[in-house]
Amino acid sequence: MLAFIVRRLLWMALVLFAISVLVFLIFFATPGVDPARQMAGRNPSAETIKSIKHEFGLDRSLPVRYGLMMKHMFITRDLISYGSHTRVIPEITSAAPVTLSLVFGAAIIWIVFSILFGVAAAVLRGTVFDPLLMILALIGISIPVFWLGEVVNLITQSRLHDSFLFSWVPPLGYTPLTQDPFMWFKQLIFPWLTLSVLYIGFYARVLRANLIETESEDYIRTARAKGLSERRVLFRHTLRTSMITFVSLFGLDFAVLVGGGALLTEVVFGLPGVGLLTFNSLTALDLPVIMTTVIYAAFFITLASALVDLVYAWLDPRVRLA
Amino acid sequence: MAVFEPEAEGIVFDAEETGGDIVGRSPWALAGRRLVRNKLALAALALFVLIVAVSFAAPLYSNYVADTDPFASNISGTVTLNGKTEPVLQQGGGKLGLGETPIGPTWHSKYFLGADNQGRDVAARVLYGGRASLEIGIGSALLASAIALVFALVAGFFGGWTDAIISRVMDLIWAFPLYLLAISLATVLLTAPNGLKIGFIHLSAGSLWVPLLIIGLVYVPYIYRPIRGQVLSLREKEFVEAGIAQGASNFRLIFNEVLPNVASTVIVLMPLMIATTILTESALSYLSIGVQPPQASWGTIIEDGQSLLYTRPWVAIAPGIMIVLTVLALNVLGDGLRDALDPRSKVRVKG
Repeated sequence: MLAFIVRRLLWMALVLFAISVLVFLIFFATPGVDPARQMAGRNPSAETIKSIKHEFGLDRSLPVRYGLMMKHMFITRDLISYGSHTRVIPEITSAAPVTLSLVFGAAIIWIVFSILFGVAAAVLRGTVFDPLLMILALIGISIPVFWLGEVVNLITQSRLHDSFLFSWVPPLGYTPLTQDPFMWFKQLIFPWLTLSVLYIGFYARVLRANLIETESEDYIRTARAKGLSERRVLFRHTLRTSMITFVSLFGLDFAVLVGGGALLTEVVFGLPGVGLLTFNSLTALDLPVIMTTVIYAAFFITLASALVDLVYAWLDPRVRLA
Repeated sequence: MAVFEPEAEGIVFDAEETGGDIVGRSPWALAGRRLVRNKLALAALALFVLIVAVSFAAPLYSNYVADTDPFASNISGTVTLNGKTEPVLQQGGGKLGLGETPIGPTWHSKYFLGADNQGRDVAARVLYGGRASLEIGIGSALLASAIALVFALVAGFFGGWTDAIISRVMDLIWAFPLYLLAISLATVLLTAPNGLKIGFIHLSAGSLWVPLLIIGLVYVPYIYRPIRGQVLSLREKEFVEAGIAQGASNFRLIFNEVLPNVASTVIVLMPLMIATTILTESALSYLSIGVQPPQASWGTIIEDGQSLLYTRPWVAIAPGIMIVLTVLALNVLGDGLRDALDPRSKVRVKG
């Protein structure tokens, strides 16, 4: 088990290193792409570009630039953004709570509703409700999240905003939890619902499929044979086994979202989170911010997949050998 | 858990059907019969074909019905409705009576869904946008499948070091946050001033090939993984051993023995992949790093419509409905294909 953990952690470090090098190369070594020109504005003179290159160390060799960036990011922690000339790490630590608020709330909603729908569909198999719920789930998967957000905004901010239904909806934006918890909740409730729709549909389908698969296992028949009630069979045996896939999927999706994957939701609802920060830095070719946010995101994702693998190895010893 | 051999299952299936008259049918014929019996999947297929047909008929619509050029701005144009002539862009239509508001849906042949900021016919643009979205979606799904298939066949068949290297690289791309990779590639390719030159291939930033290639490359590991696993197990099967015993070349073994057996997996994945790539394309275009103007796709039209959301919501709503319908049809079709082509799958629509 220890060997497995060590191997998994080494792989994680390698992945993080490879991802940072890959992003670095995409932005610095693609022919025709020049961050200095991007920073210099319209029709810059050759001297301006040269001085910018020197100022930001862009005239040094690629490995030196990579090393310097990593040193500023991890050791001295004073990496400076090209665009706003501010320190990058505080920018991320101020954006992270927004993303965490968004993702935590959405995750609670999607866990509750997907278990509800998935179990209901599996239990009601053979009735009209099962295909109905699954079609609903498919529709949820098929809606682009940014478009759904726009429709939600259209309804709650404009068309029905003057009706009693949505008159309480505050303007788009983010208020910190510590400043005004009630406002925090009111501004986030629609982003939560919007973000969770896709996951409710996806998880409900996965859970239903797993429940039905588990249903045909021998130990479920045994549980019935020894006279357990249907409810006990469902909750203590079928659902418990089926939750293994659910939990491992959840670990990865949650990590991707915390790492900035909720970008589209953040854009539509004007939430200044990590996704928005990443996107702005990417389009401005602001390399220090890009590198930091990419490593931040990759860290969560590789950590989550390592944890999922560890939990699997703990549950199922056969995985350890693979 | 009983293991069902596909042939055995086919015979049981048939015996039930024909009342004991057992006829040999190929697995493909059996799959076709299962698919035809799935009315929901057929309806989805029909809807998808309809959307493709309508989108590719976009030039006909704009030339003969709407009589407009959906890519040329028409700021000072007018349109005649029920004998009245109205400007396409109306002055001071907003809440504050400031700025210009494009004409809303007329529900007539001209400006059926209204106009956008540039006075362009939204209905015609949605059709043209659909053409671009579908081209990119289908093209990138095909590209990803082709690349993944080649690598999976090579890695799974030869195993050893070849497999180790290819699979590690795929794992790396897999570990890379998908949206970050796509956005990084898109930003870099779009900011390169003269486009990208690779050998004799020249890509300009406005080309539809840019989003197509990016999306196609990003999804390679997602198809590679399941196929490689299958190739690994197929390689150990008796019919491959028989092929080796007969002295078949590796090339022949891969193409004649292994490839036909993974084909059904690729076919099942295809509609689901196209659904995913269409969603990805629309997201990239919405962030204005996908399809570039003057080209339009469903994603770019939604982005155009965002500034008009509260005054002329149809600009953003219409392309979104098209995306939902297309992706939904593809997902339903994908489910149907899986039920039809994968008899060993433990979960079926009907047990």
